[in-house]
Amino acid sequence: MANPKSAYSIPTKKGKPDTHIIVVWVDNEAGVLARVVGLFSGRGYNIESLAVAEIDAAKNISRITIVTTGTPQVIDQIKLQLKKLVPVHKVADFKREDKKVIFKEMALLKVVGKKKKIEKCLKACKTYNPVILDKSSKSVVIQITALRREIDKMSKKLKSLGLISTSRTGAIAMTRGADVFK
Amino acid sequence: MSKLYSGAEIVFKCLEDQEVEFIFGYPGGAVLPIYDELKNHSSIKHILVRHEQGAGHAAEGYARSSGKPGIVLVTSGPGATNVVTALTDAYMDSVPLICISGQVPTHLIGTDAFQECDTTGITRPCTKHNWLVKDIKDLPKILHEAFEVATTGRPGPVLVDIPKDIQFAKTNYSKPKKIKKVNGKSHNKFTQNEINELINLISKAKKPMIYTGGGVINSGPKASEALREFVRLIGFPITSTLQGLGAFPGDDNQFIGMLGMHGTYEANNAMHDCDLLINIGARFDDRITGKIDEFSPKSKKVHIDIDPSSINKIIKVDLAIVGDVNEVLKSTIKKINQKQNGIKVSNKQKISKWWEQIQKWREKDSLGFINSDKTIKPQHAVQRLYELTKSQDTFITTEVGQHQMWAAQHYKFNKPNRWMTSGGLGTMGYGLPAAVGVQIAHPDKLVIDIAGEASVLMTMQEMSTAVQYNLPIKIFVLNNQYMGMVRQWQELLHEKNYSESYSEALPDFVKLAEAYGCKGIKASNPQELDEKIKEMIDHKGPVIFDCQVDPNENCFPMIPSGKPHNQMILGPSDKEENKITGKGKALV
Repeated sequence: MANPKSAYSIPTKKGKPDTHIIVVWVDNEAGVLARVVGLFSGRGYNIESLAVAEIDAAKNISRITIVTTGTPQVIDQIKLQLKKLVPVHKVADFKREDKKVIFKEMALLKVVGKKKKIEKCLKACKTYNPVILDKSSKSVVIQITALRREIDKMSKKLKSLGLISTSRTGAIAMTRGADVFK
Repeated sequence: MSKLYSGAEIVFKCLEDQEVEFIFGYPGGAVLPIYDELKNHSSIKHILVRHEQGAGHAAEGYARSSGKPGIVLVTSGPGATNVVTALTDAYMDSVPLICISGQVPTHLIGTDAFQECDTTGITRPCTKHNWLVKDIKDLPKILHEAFEVATTGRPGPVLVDIPKDIQFAKTNYSKPKKIKKVNGKSHNKFTQNEINELINLISKAKKPMIYTGGGVINSGPKASEALREFVRLIGFPITSTLQGLGAFPGDDNQFIGMLGMHGTYEANNAMHDCDLLINIGARFDDRITGKIDEFSPKSKKVHIDIDPSSINKIIKVDLAIVGDVNEVLKSTIKKINQKQNGIKVSNKQKISKWWEQIQKWREKDSLGFINSDKTIKPQHAVQRLYELTKSQDTFITTEVGQHQMWAAQHYKFNKPNRWMTSGGLGTMGYGLPAAVGVQIAHPDKLVIDIAGEASVLMTMQEMSTAVQYNLPIKIFVLNNQYMGMVRQWQELLHEKNYSESYSEALPDFVKLAEAYGCKGIKASNPQELDEKIKEMIDHKGPVIFDCQVDPNENCFPMIPSGKPHNQMILGPSDKEENKITGKGKALV
């Protein structure tokens, strides 16, 4: 409960928060990521994951993909505030459940153990496009691409099979079909 | 091959091309090349302040009273960090500032060099945009873009950080081009359909309200003219936020006073009970809305604003019109006149009952106070100041606190750009340097800082600036020896535990004025007040006026925290007040 002695109003009831994927096209210039991330931290918005890289070297454009949760009002504000930033070209926003959009994350999993356990691991990863990037007599580095919750599940499952290190990217997104993000 | 110019020369060439007349600044190691160049540019006058925060607020005062952007020039490190408060203030109140800061040479950036700080990092959240110039070739373009960003859309501060080696380096200069809108950020997005919908709502309303804000002032003097025409055309009652005062004449019958935490009883009750609320260039600030859930519960809401992110940020609206206030109002007036065939058939009759109700609220006289013939009541002091200065075109700045609210309540503004106060950030110490900037922009006008003794001491050093440039600013200090607003909150909410809100030692303001080389005047009883105020106005130079007021006076009316508009606490002259105060106290 808010302090009744506060000089500010008491917080009102909030809408239900949803997970959204926000895609931002920005000029690839010094400090641009800090502007975007600073906007989130400064206004109290939440970042679940973040992926950023230059996508057009000639036009000097980077694409930032941010997974965030917020009430509809907060998501609206995030978009509008992002659009106000000078280096931002456009902003797209999707719900995680959106069927028209593909979301993917990549993870690198290092498993150390006997051959048998490693094989078990590879089998468990089968549905997530496993690629063996490195292999030694007692270790393996597996690359998988999947949804966030699937990777969460896998890293839990492989713990007992000798998973000692996980590295993962933030989610990236792409529309299905011939359409592109507007 | 065209001539090569140094970075410092380019700074001035750009300022000249942008028709800059004044820079507010303070020199230091990392901006010396720019200061060295100053002598070659006679059309630009530098105003030397005493602290960089003062430079920022002076530039704000200049900008807000003239409609032109304010220019600030500071050095690296402490120069830049000292200006952060002013930048944040300008950001909150949408004031166009261009701050140029020196930086250590590029090869020393990141080495913790002497007077180095991450200026662009520190000012990123308090500017619309900022730039660190790493290549001299970028400098002309960046400076022109800085002006463009600061002055278009919703105005605000920007900062350009120029390392010392870049100030020496040479390149070609290019004049400002008509830049295509930065990343396609257009600002007038409204459609004719939206205007039609607005007119439709206007014609149906029985209890309408117009609520205006600083956006009207920022849209330029034409917007205030359009607002006056619009409001008189439709005959609706109008209220204003703190920042919007002056857009509509304060002594007009259709104006029902400021709204919000210390707004009038009639304005707040009308906000609560209205069936149509037209917000023009205001942002539903929390000092305005009170409790969000019970904010104007029965009304259809229209929001006219140039900043799309202001729409639905706090209050959901039924009709949003994103655009420049002047454009939207002109377009609406035109359409009304077309539709009605030139006949002003608004629904003035339909709303006559509403006006009767407002009249009843008005009779409460919520700004009333019990005057005294022994001590000067602060409200009385502001009223006398108003009466004695209203015959001339007066510019008022304020600090922050009770005196600010009394000034807003009792000083009536009839023109835009005459009222400069720190609303969003609430910066104590704003008014004195702002008055310096206002006087620079309007050398022949009367400029008064209505101040509190606590606030004014925060930037008192700028009196020295005023004396240096012979700026006849009048610092009208309502001296109650307390941080009055803090004391008021402590009285109402913290069981009169006046923790650290009393200044046990204060300077003798008359002697202080004399020490600065200006005039000091002291008034300690109501009988001598008028005569002393006249003496202040008639004095040709800067004055510090020590107006000793009742230290226990509270600022009423007031919406307590977490309460809606229709549950105000009224002042002691109201008979029901005691009951309401008691209840109000228990509720907050």
